[in-house]
Amino acid sequence: MKISREDVLRVAELAYLDLSEAELETYRAQIDEILEYIGKLNELDTTHVEPMAQVLSTDQAADATLREDLVIPCGVAEDILKQSPDPEPPFFRVPKVIER
Amino acid sequence: MSTNWTIDTVKEALATKKISARELTIEFCKRIDQKNPELNAYLALSPERARRQADKIDALIAAGKPLPALAGVPVAIKDVISTRGTTTTCGSKILQNYVPPFDATAVERLEAAGAVILGKTNCDEFAMGSSNENSAYGPVRNPVAMDRVPGGSSGGSAAVVAAGLAVASLGTDTGGSIRQPGSFCGIPAMMGSYGRVSRYGLIAFASSLDRIGPFAKNVKDVGAVLGVIAGRDPHDSTSTTVPVPDYPAEISKPVKGMRVGIPKDYFAEGMDKGVRKKVEAGIELFRKLGCELVDIRMPHTDYAIAAYYIIATAEASSNLARYDGVRYGLRVKNDSLLSMYRKTRGAGFGPEVKRRIVLGTYVLSSGYYDAYYLKGQKVRSLIAKDFQVAFTKVDAILTPTSPVPPFKLGERSSDPLQMYLADIYTVTGSLAGVPGISLPCGKTDGNLPVGLQIFGPAFGETQILTLAHAFEREFGAGT
Repeated sequence: MKISREDVLRVAELAYLDLSEAELETYRAQIDEILEYIGKLNELDTTHVEPMAQVLSTDQAADATLREDLVIPCGVAEDILKQSPDPEPPFFRVPKVIER
Repeated sequence: MSTNWTIDTVKEALATKKISARELTIEFCKRIDQKNPELNAYLALSPERARRQADKIDALIAAGKPLPALAGVPVAIKDVISTRGTTTTCGSKILQNYVPPFDATAVERLEAAGAVILGKTNCDEFAMGSSNENSAYGPVRNPVAMDRVPGGSSGGSAAVVAAGLAVASLGTDTGGSIRQPGSFCGIPAMMGSYGRVSRYGLIAFASSLDRIGPFAKNVKDVGAVLGVIAGRDPHDSTSTTVPVPDYPAEISKPVKGMRVGIPKDYFAEGMDKGVRKKVEAGIELFRKLGCELVDIRMPHTDYAIAAYYIIATAEASSNLARYDGVRYGLRVKNDSLLSMYRKTRGAGFGPEVKRRIVLGTYVLSSGYYDAYYLKGQKVRSLIAKDFQVAFTKVDAILTPTSPVPPFKLGERSSDPLQMYLADIYTVTGSLAGVPGISLPCGKTDGNLPVGLQIFGPAFGETQILTLAHAFEREFGAGT
């Protein structure tokens, strides 16, 4: 077994993700199978291989230098706040995080 | 009225005043009303926006002014791409009522080129899936075979074009999500090179892999739409300044003498017999066109799925951290902030998204990072190298798009690993960042569409469009 119930609980906590008991076991078993499959990567010796985080080569990358730092008004604050489940313009309201 | 509108026939009909842009828009809206309840391919429509744009085009025509490239062309946009004023749900309950305050650059460019945006298309939740069955708003049916899936994740975008409910559409491709549904619905579908099209306004799944690209009825239209949306955008620092050719003007160039690679590694076991037969016949057609077929090896192909599902889920777990019930989307109320996060995410995300968040968080977590995430990135280098080496020998690579034809709704949805394994021919090009197109190359004995994939080197869009166009003409467009 590659991944335990405790591992899934720990990871779900890291990801702030509530999982039901049934979900916990289903995902554990499925992810275990996926990790088992992923294990085939160990057939490859990658000791001297550089990791690749992105594909663009230097000459293709557009931003070889940083752009100038400009303030550009976008005027969407009102529209953005409208999308919030609990807005109190100009703020987003959330449950209290600091106990008195 | 024709159900086979293309960009050229729209242009012709508008120029000769056979139809106005407004009438054409209304005609498409009517068709959508008739056919969408059965297909479930559109999630939201933007009729007012469409009519406003159509009226602008009609005003240009009335004034005798020149028309932009996509004037009056009805298009659809995948629901992971932001559209100002029209809900953009990503196929997820967590964004059920989300209305973006801005347009994605690709959408803005389509509209600036005269396209009429009809609405938003259904997709797997956050573009995670290969069948469109992971949408929170129900699956899409394949218009070519109604009991089958249209492929995914851009299933809606493929289905609306195949069913004549849009002339072209935008999808997104992270591991095959444009090419595979194109193959399943029997239409050409393309992802340009990574960096070719701005991702600004595309709601992120895996940022180093996500690409926006077109579906259309023929290769020329695919090239036309790609040409409009491609090019540098200051809002996306990964969009490049590499010049954008005039694809529709370039695609008629001769293909005789072009060297086309056939990687043995893509023709191993596990491919459906009917698919193999059509793909091999398609390859023979390239020989007939005067291309030189070259046997090549891409030895790391078999490791692509494993590397892809590490990298894609790791990036997804990070990108999807933003859905916390604070700024947009669903909130499940709770007295504690952390419980609000947990409950909102637990209630808002569907099973495939949760599974990928858990897997992605796991491969990035302390103690597992080197064994999984770093290993995946190293294998990504090896796969990219396979392509680089191949492209020193050939101009393009031919493969099947999918090892299987469209399957029945519900047939595969219970086994995630089996679903992932079917992405084998598409994820390689995603990891390498190269462009790829899927082309219809016939039907199986069971009358199901088969797709042939052409990969090109980075920013070699013109050569694969040229090959695709030559193939399409020889094969017979629309058959």
